[in-house]
Parts: sequence; structure tokens; C-alpha cells
Amino acid sequence: MTLLEPQRRGIPLPVASVASRPYWDGCNRGELCFQRCRDCYGITHTPGIVCAHCSSRALEWERSSGTGTIYSWSTVWRPQTPEFTVPYAPIIVDVDEGWQILSNLIGCEHDAIEVGHAVAVEFHRLSEEINLPYFRPV
Amino acid sequence: MAKHPFHDVAIVGVHNTAQARVLEGHDSRTITFEAGLGALADAGLEPRQIDGVVGANGADFVYQTRIGPVWRSVSPLGIPSVLEAAGAIANGLASVVLISAGSAGVYTERQSTAPWTRPSNEFVVSYGMFTAAEFALIARRHMHCYGTKPKALATVAATIRNNGHVNPEAVYYGRGPFSAQDVLDSRMVADPFHLLDCSMTAEGGCALILARADIAQDLATSPVFVLGGNTDHFGPSYQNPPSFDLGGKRRPDLVNGRVGRRAAEDAFRMCGLGPTDVDVCEFYDPFSFEIIRQFEAFGFCPEGEGGAFVMDGTIGPGGRYPVTTDGGLMSFSHGGATVQLLQRVIRGVQQLRGTCATRQVEGAEVAMCSGGGAGALFNDVLLLGTAQP
Repeated sequence: MTLLEPQRRGIPLPVASVASRPYWDGCNRGELCFQRCRDCYGITHTPGIVCAHCSSRALEWERSSGTGTIYSWSTVWRPQTPEFTVPYAPIIVDVDEGWQILSNLIGCEHDAIEVGHAVAVEFHRLSEEINLPYFRPV
Repeated sequence: MAKHPFHDVAIVGVHNTAQARVLEGHDSRTITFEAGLGALADAGLEPRQIDGVVGANGADFVYQTRIGPVWRSVSPLGIPSVLEAAGAIANGLASVVLISAGSAGVYTERQSTAPWTRPSNEFVVSYGMFTAAEFALIARRHMHCYGTKPKALATVAATIRNNGHVNPEAVYYGRGPFSAQDVLDSRMVADPFHLLDCSMTAEGGCALILARADIAQDLATSPVFVLGGNTDHFGPSYQNPPSFDLGGKRRPDLVNGRVGRRAAEDAFRMCGLGPTDVDVCEFYDPFSFEIIRQFEAFGFCPEGEGGAFVMDGTIGPGGRYPVTTDGGLMSFSHGGATVQLLQRVIRGVQQLRGTCATRQVEGAEVAMCSGGGAGALFNDVLLLGTAQP
């Protein structure tokens, strides 16, 4: 059994783009944010230019509860690059507002992951610019 | 009845260069050029008879052989390039088109996964994502929803690896035979994928030549025809969460896990055939689960029953739907970022010509080839046949 933990500094980091800047700014405040459509109330993630449901441009940033359940998972033993410590666990989370996010699971034994398990966001700072959202079982 | 769009098009030349984990003395340019020459020799054509090329190195071939001016496309290689070349010939833009691909000397830093498996994107890069993890998230969801067992995945891997084990041209020739248990006993890479559930990394080149049917008539090789095909894309690969249910609860019609279904339906509709008419399945096998997923997406079995479908010998030698008969990406070759995408089509052609030295499906008349997969949010489908459509 191995306890899954956040990665150490030195892993490749995201480079924010024009559309995603508010998302990473939110992370720096410790807030998980997503885009909500004023016209159809649909949610768009990853950050877009138009609503994923109705193509409206009326997208507004909203703060997520940061809670959800595990939709799918893997545990990785062959790292992408040597900077990563194994095992780590990529997960897709069904976030409670009704959207999905890719992240890593932490704070859990590697062999105790289950689809449907409740999780909550937890941020870990990896550089001055990047405060990376992970998820932990609740 | 309207004429079939590819009535006047035939595949007349195919070639795989040597494939190896490392090809000494080659770079991508030289191995791609060798592949093109090999396909020309197979077809019995001279370079000057080519008047169209596809692929990044196609332009180099044109310049080196001074065959220009020619039609050129930079279509993604694999099935999209075959469909585009066939369309160019059908529309009169070209009459003999060379599609060539090759890769060598690209993957040298072995501490990391191969560069083409880890495109960097802000929403995946820090989570250690690469293709095995992307496809694992698709497979895991299927296992959760339908109870698909690791042994079903392992059975696929063992079947395809054993096809490569007997193929002297495969990179992993003689490495088996493998049982499903051997696959399950290999070390874990990205759960549920063990090492032997995953494709390899390798180097190699390959090429394919299409020609107008009247030109094909005068050539030595038996022409193989494009019966149908299409490409299905849900977006860029490896940038967004690789979700089986891409649309969530609000868009239940948008199921990434079934990507390829529309393409397969289009392919069958173009020639009036269905899954039961297919003699050999040259499906793309980046990871074992993808074969299960494709049998469901393409309509060979009901949703959720792909695991059981692959367990009873159906996909093995002598089975009703022999799959990936040269050993595929797992054992034949994964010759770089795109080479292997075209190699499924090449094997389909060889099956229909009846020239496979190993695992020839006797009397094969219809081959189904595919490329891509749900971790990559795309799946391309091509139906080949011995009869002119």
C-alpha cells in the first residue's frame, strides 16, 4: 500500500492561456472555478470561448463547491517523465454542479480507489504562478 | 443506382520497411523515403508515375525525385489520408498517389514515455498524463459500468501478441507465446493496463499507393478497393478529460466511448454491407481495451458485451472475426507518432491479396481497418474489399 501524495515541485507546470487565465487565477485564490452560461445555465470546462451546450458567448465565471465523486481513475506506475513520483492516480471527478475535471487523487491508499467515492478539492502550490487543484477523499 | 464514390480507385502498392525498437542508420527522412520506394516496387511503378503525395515527408519525396509539379496534401496520416487520396483520384485531382510515413531517431530519452504519448497541455501536463493513463480512464469506466474483467483485456492482448509472436516481420517476433495470465502477471503501467496490455514504441516506415482503377488494371498486384469509410472526431486529443460520457447527463447522445460508431455506420452504408460481412478486423490496438470498445462501437456486439465477445476465440486465428493479424501496435510495430496508423490499412490490403505469410485469413474478401481510440477522442474506419464497388 502506498499513500498517494501531491507531486513535488519540478514537474511540468501548466501555462495559462487567454481563455483559461481566470481559472488559474481562481486556483491561486484557493477557488475552483468554472464557466456558467447566462443564457442556458450550462457549464463549460475546460475553459472555452462559447458555451459547450448552446454556443452562447455569455459565459461567466462561478466558484465551484469543489466537491464531487470519482467518475473514473487509474494508478500510474510508469511515470510520464522522471520528475513524477509514482504511484500517482489520475482521476476524472464528477463535480457536484454537473461538470467533469481531470485531476490526481491524494490522501488515499493506491489500492483503495473506487468509482463513486466522494472527494473534495485541495490545492497545492507548485510555483509562484501555479496552485494546482488535487482531490482528496472526504 | 449512383456510382460508388470510390468506384474508380484502387490500392495498388503497400510496403513496410524493417521495423525495430531502434533502426540504426536511419532518420525519419530516410526511412520514409525507403518506404515510398518499397511501395513503388510493390506496385511495379516508377517515381515519375506518381502525381500526388500525402504526408509531411511527401514533399521531400517530390523534391528528391523531381517528379513535381504534383498534388499534395498534408492530411493526418492513416485512414484520413487514404480517404483523402481516394477522393483526390475520384475527383480527378491526381491519378497515382503515394502516402508515406516514417519515424526514426525521434524517441531517444527513455526515462520518459515517448514524446508523442505526452502532448503538453495546461489541463493534463501536471497530472502526469500520457496515452496509457488517458486510455485507462476510458477502460476503467467501461469496467465499472459493465463489469468488464481484466481477463477480457488480457485475452485481447495475448491474442494480438501471439499474432506478432509468429510473424517474422514483427518487432516482437518470437517473444511469446503469451497467455492471458502472462499479461495479468506483467507489471502494472497504468491500472488497468499491465505492460503487456500496452502498445510498444518502435521505429519504422510504411507506404501505400492508390491509383485510378484503369491504371491499376495494368499493374502486377491484385487491386484492393476502398468500400467505405469515415473519420469520427470529438475534439483535440489529450487536452480535455478523456471521459467515456463526454456530454454528461445533459448530452447523453455525446458518448466518446462509442466514437467510431458514426464512421462505421457510414462505411457500411456506402457499400451496403454490415459487420457480419467482415472477414478480418485490422483494428487499431494502442491498448488492449480498445479492441473491446471498437467491437461495440462498430456494431459487432451490443454495448457492454465486448468483454464477453472477445473471450471465446472469436477474435483469434480461425475465429469468426480475427483481429489485428500481424501483431499490431503491441507486437508488430508502433513506428512513431503516425506510422502505425497506416499499418492497419497495409495489413488489411495484404489480407485481401492473400499474401500474408502468417495468420492469413483464407478467402478474405472484406477487411475493416481502424485508427485512433477513445482516449484520443477520435476513431477512423476504413472498409476494404476485393470486389470493385
